[in-house]
Amino acid sequence: MIRKTVYGIFDDEDVLLNSVKEIKSNNIDIKEVYTPFPVHGLDKALGLKETRMAIAAFVYGCLGITFAGLMIYNIMIIDWPMNIGGKPNFTFYHNVPSFVPVMFECTVLFAAHLMSITYLIKCGLFPGAKSENPDPRTTDDKFLIEFEIEGSTKEVKDLLSKTGASEINEK
Amino acid sequence: MFTITKNARNLSFGLMIIGVTALILGFVNDAHSAWPSLLFNTYFFLGISVFAVFFIALQYVAEASWSIVLKRVPEAIISFLPISGIIMLIIMVTAVMHFGGNHIYHWMADGIMDKFLLDDLGNQILDEKGNPILNPGYDKIIAGKAAFLDTTFFLIRSVIYILGWVYFGRKLKQLSLNEDKHGGLENYNKGFRTSAWFMVFFAITSSIASWDWIMSIDTHWFSTLFGWYVFSEWAVIGFVSILLITLYLKRLGYLESVNESHIHDLGKYVFAFSLVWTYMWFSQFMLIWYSNIPEEVAYFTARLEVENYKFLFWFRVAINFLFPIILLMSRDAKRNNSRLIFVCIVILIGHWLNSYLLVTPGVLNKEGHIGFTEIGMGLGFFGLFIYVVFNALTKAPLETKNHPFLDESKHLHT
Repeated sequence: MIRKTVYGIFDDEDVLLNSVKEIKSNNIDIKEVYTPFPVHGLDKALGLKETRMAIAAFVYGCLGITFAGLMIYNIMIIDWPMNIGGKPNFTFYHNVPSFVPVMFECTVLFAAHLMSITYLIKCGLFPGAKSENPDPRTTDDKFLIEFEIEGSTKEVKDLLSKTGASEINEK
Repeated sequence: MFTITKNARNLSFGLMIIGVTALILGFVNDAHSAWPSLLFNTYFFLGISVFAVFFIALQYVAEASWSIVLKRVPEAIISFLPISGIIMLIIMVTAVMHFGGNHIYHWMADGIMDKFLLDDLGNQILDEKGNPILNPGYDKIIAGKAAFLDTTFFLIRSVIYILGWVYFGRKLKQLSLNEDKHGGLENYNKGFRTSAWFMVFFAITSSIASWDWIMSIDTHWFSTLFGWYVFSEWAVIGFVSILLITLYLKRLGYLESVNESHIHDLGKYVFAFSLVWTYMWFSQFMLIWYSNIPEEVAYFTARLEVENYKFLFWFRVAINFLFPIILLMSRDAKRNNSRLIFVCIVILIGHWLNSYLLVTPGVLNKEGHIGFTEIGMGLGFFGLFIYVVFNALTKAPLETKNHPFLDESKHLHT
């Protein structure tokens, strides 16, 4: 059987959301939805799994604070203790208030950068990656539902036009 | 319409009786240590009630829609503002008059700003050679602040803060009630303008009020971020109170349109402002600890080198920081009501201890301790607070009407 790709294009996010719900209740698989901005409730309507990005962020933050702690311990206590304003410089815990800014900043740095990198890897956005977006108008003001269908596309097209799609294309 | 349950009414009366007992016993036994106790409890509950005004104003100027379904809660908290404000003014007037053993403010002591001894008429007393006699009680640093720390100016300022806050609070509340009755956009637009003015007024007054009422206790010491520090504390306890009352009302079956997402948003605020508070506290502490300049570090030695406060000093930072960050970090935790209630109560106590540490060590030096006077007055204020706020909740329908963003608020999902 030949696989056909159907695009339903919408003008409004509420219409899109209702359409997605309607399509899901008819047990039709949606391949992907493209929107110019995040639509609230769309992830629930599509039945997407909850993102594990938050857990990743927590792990990266822990990594950052550990790295900063070990780094500053090595620099300021073991390798080259320095007398700065008479602050205790032979033990880590006595001097910890002055190390907190470094550890705080490293936590933020690690969490932010590693999260961005994780996001880019997960989305397959390597340098030179080709755009997967089927219609450039979805980066402006249109919303698009993508289907991949074996056999007749009539049911999907009827459903799309019934729920208010402004344009239906088939490839 | 909300009706107070019998248990809540009995509880509030019981707490008020404890409070009055603590007040009387405290003043009869030791007025000198009862005044700072009264001051920090008033400061704590005044902070909660003035923050409710700020919360409403913030929603207006940000054109926020999510909070509309629960706006009766901060509006009810505003009704405690006049009461705590009047108690605050009583403390200030008695401090200026030294009435009833009120010696909270060191800089108000007689003659502390006079370099030479004066007689009753204000003329210099001369010794036998005709030279003025140096005043042994003269404090050069305090005398340098005489322009700002002037008792008349001080009282005028205090009255302006309280009157201004009460005026804006009442006006915003009235506009919201009018909106329920008449509808239309007129009240909303007026509320927007009033809130914008309140923001300007509050930005200035909240800072100066914290210098006047709290920072001037340790007169020699100053901190440039003290206003923000106090504001961040008010923000934490304000959000905690709004959250706890909302959850209480929901548990009783009111506020049906408040859903998980609203609670989640309030939880985010509690979490975020707990971190802001810790950030402010640490910024203040770390710079002073690091530079170790005697006139600055005296503030912390008065707390850290004294046995009575040493434990509390670290304890309150630990619970105000660790409980929210560990227990409220994840999304599910902010949607878990029992965990929210637990953390909120813990940080409410933590910030109560913090306000104790702001006031008492500066007034009582090494003698301060948390006893029946402090806890009893705190409970008494708490009883009065829930009595007044719950009474205010019964006066207006809990479900709001006619707000332009109401529908959006009802459909909040995050």
